[in-house]
Amino acid sequence: MAIPLSYSFRNLWTRRLTTVLTASGMALVVFVFAATLMLAEGLQKTLVQTGSPDNVVVVRKSAGSEVQSTIDRNLAAIVETQPEIAVGRDGNRLAAKELVVLISLIKRGTEEAANVVIRGIGNQSLALRPQVRLVEGRMPRPGSSEIIAGESVARRFQGGGMGETVRFGMRDWTVVGIFEAGATAYSSEIWGDAEQLMQAFRRPVYSSMLFRLRDRSAFDGVKSRIESDPRLMMEAKVETSYYREQSEMMATFLRILGITLTVIFSLGAMIGAMITMYAAVAHRTPEVGTLRALGFSRRSILLAFLLESILLGLAGGFAGLFFASFMQLITISTMNWQTFSELAFSFTLNGNIILQSLLFAVVMGFVGGILPAFRAARMNIVEALRTT
Amino acid sequence: MFVLKLIIRNAFRHKLRTGLTILGVAVAIMAFGLLRTLISAWYQGVESASASRLITRNAISLTFTLPISYGEKIRSVPGVRKVSYANWFGGIYISEKNFFANFAIDARNYLDLYPEFVIPPEQKDAFLTDRKGCVIGQSLSERFGWKLGDPVTLRGTIYPGQWSFTVRAIYQGAEKSTDESQFFFHWDYLNEVMKKTSPGRADMVGVFVESIEDADRAAEVGRSIDELFRNSLAETMTETEKAFQMSFVAMTGAIVAAIQIVSYVVIVIIMVVAANTMAMTARERIPEYATMKTLGFGARYIAGAIFGESITISLVGGLLGVALSFPAGTWIEHSLKQFFPAFAISTPTIVLDLVASVIVGTVAALFPAWRGTTINVADGLRRIG
Repeated sequence: MAIPLSYSFRNLWTRRLTTVLTASGMALVVFVFAATLMLAEGLQKTLVQTGSPDNVVVVRKSAGSEVQSTIDRNLAAIVETQPEIAVGRDGNRLAAKELVVLISLIKRGTEEAANVVIRGIGNQSLALRPQVRLVEGRMPRPGSSEIIAGESVARRFQGGGMGETVRFGMRDWTVVGIFEAGATAYSSEIWGDAEQLMQAFRRPVYSSMLFRLRDRSAFDGVKSRIESDPRLMMEAKVETSYYREQSEMMATFLRILGITLTVIFSLGAMIGAMITMYAAVAHRTPEVGTLRALGFSRRSILLAFLLESILLGLAGGFAGLFFASFMQLITISTMNWQTFSELAFSFTLNGNIILQSLLFAVVMGFVGGILPAFRAARMNIVEALRTT
Repeated sequence: MFVLKLIIRNAFRHKLRTGLTILGVAVAIMAFGLLRTLISAWYQGVESASASRLITRNAISLTFTLPISYGEKIRSVPGVRKVSYANWFGGIYISEKNFFANFAIDARNYLDLYPEFVIPPEQKDAFLTDRKGCVIGQSLSERFGWKLGDPVTLRGTIYPGQWSFTVRAIYQGAEKSTDESQFFFHWDYLNEVMKKTSPGRADMVGVFVESIEDADRAAEVGRSIDELFRNSLAETMTETEKAFQMSFVAMTGAIVAAIQIVSYVVIVIIMVVAANTMAMTARERIPEYATMKTLGFGARYIAGAIFGESITISLVGGLLGVALSFPAGTWIEHSLKQFFPAFAISTPTIVLDLVASVIVGTVAALFPAWRGTTINVADGLRRIG
């Protein structure tokens, strides 16, 4: 016969201070665990959402990112004529030749500089990225020193706001619009006319090309044609996988750091649970004896104590997740090592992380409770009853 | 003497509980110490950077280059002693996982500017005379097993193509904090190839490095260099090497801040665990405290005994944690070699570890001490376990 769940629950309730202390230790561990996973998830989500599975990015062979890549004008023209490129509503090919460079801008209210991506766009650039939406002002006029800034740039960098100017390449550039791009890397970019930016930077080559496929299945064909063309020396990637590669190193670093930390921390919390459970067992020795005398088996006693410890872990898990969920309000900006550019992203919670965190909490409770529970189960009835 | 005996006896009355608490504190203090070391490793580039060297780069951003002709102009600026230059090459050895920093350098002057890279004279000569030679750091040579005379091929990400080199010299750091994982080769080799393949990018330099006569005048000299090129096609931005390195660290500041916060979280976690242990101990001993009070021991005496016990436990844990952090640090140094050139636990970190463990012990004893001293004798005696 099993001991009712309420027995375990009430035991926790009577010793509130100890329960709260032990559970809050576990809650902190779960909090750190969940927060690091959320950070890595947020980073990856930002970069993966940036791409679209229908779009193809073309960069120079073995250039890790658009910033490192260069594409000559005449070669760009060859890529532009690929038959797999979709045609837009206005009859033009949905392909954009873009310039991507880094400029360093000063953050508002500080002296700190950070690298911001500035993207020279073509006519089709906006059409290729449906997630980008102008929220204020207008698009830059071709042939003028006008730029539009992503929301996150407008908020965080000097000269990024509407109507302000940024100086580079011996010119003052006026911000004539602010665009919003949801949780994507574009929010951390500045856009301007590619031809004008090339002039300003004295860099008469494009960085990358982006085009939409007529049909997703045509990718392999166009990829092998571009990559095997000896004139081009380029590689083509689906936009989503391009951006996933960009985030890989950083996300892996965050995950490894987070998991190493939480494993070490959880040792502390499990020891805490163990101390609490050993004390609980020691306190209730006569009680355990009584239960055994009443006919409860060793197994049900083991289960009852184990359950108590798991409940403790779960309480900590829920508390930790509760506080971790508030982290979603925080946006973090850091440099992505792979591109050297500034990127803003926020903590993101999803079902998978909730599940992993709760599982982690249960495991902590289980490991912390298993030894004390065995001690309780192995007690001799007569001796246990005799102890006062 | 008697108090000390009482404290120690009390502390080890519950051997299992005390042992577990000590273990917990040890793990937490070790983690705390390692995290502090990780943060200082992050700043290591800044610390080993010199304040008497200036770095001049393109004002737009690091990805833009400067014409080599600027070198002569910079040399003429009063206060500048020596000028050299380097390009970030961004080459990859087989795969991205094998990351290390590699630069094309103006061989002769650059190595003179960096006396902390110690190279045996005959190896230096061998490097200077071989146009396709390269200099590698000691730890890089251990990581890939490269010896003098070995061929190394890098795949260029910024400068396309396969680039082959021969290891001609291996440098050692003059100090423990010197980065021994870098790779240098002749800028002339890079430039020659660029002249052939993409002439537009030839004769361009990533950064100029200058040594100056007086470190106190660094800001002034930097300003006069930038003044030279104001309103030119490539405006410059000159700062001390320290500030230059710092700007990289600042860009990843959010991560450093997160690690810093987390290092305190681990202390809070262990504080909670230790407080729990002490609370349980005190609860069990309420009748004892009442008995002691009856015998005439003052509240201060009882509080002292409780604090003493708690601090003893946490300090033993702290010492164990410090002891453990050395083998752990060595292990991390080995496995994270590509990220952090050195991972040494410093004396301030050890002091901080011990201070943290004393704080943990003190905080853990606060509540039990309050309970123990304010207990009403009659109530305390009446209570059963």
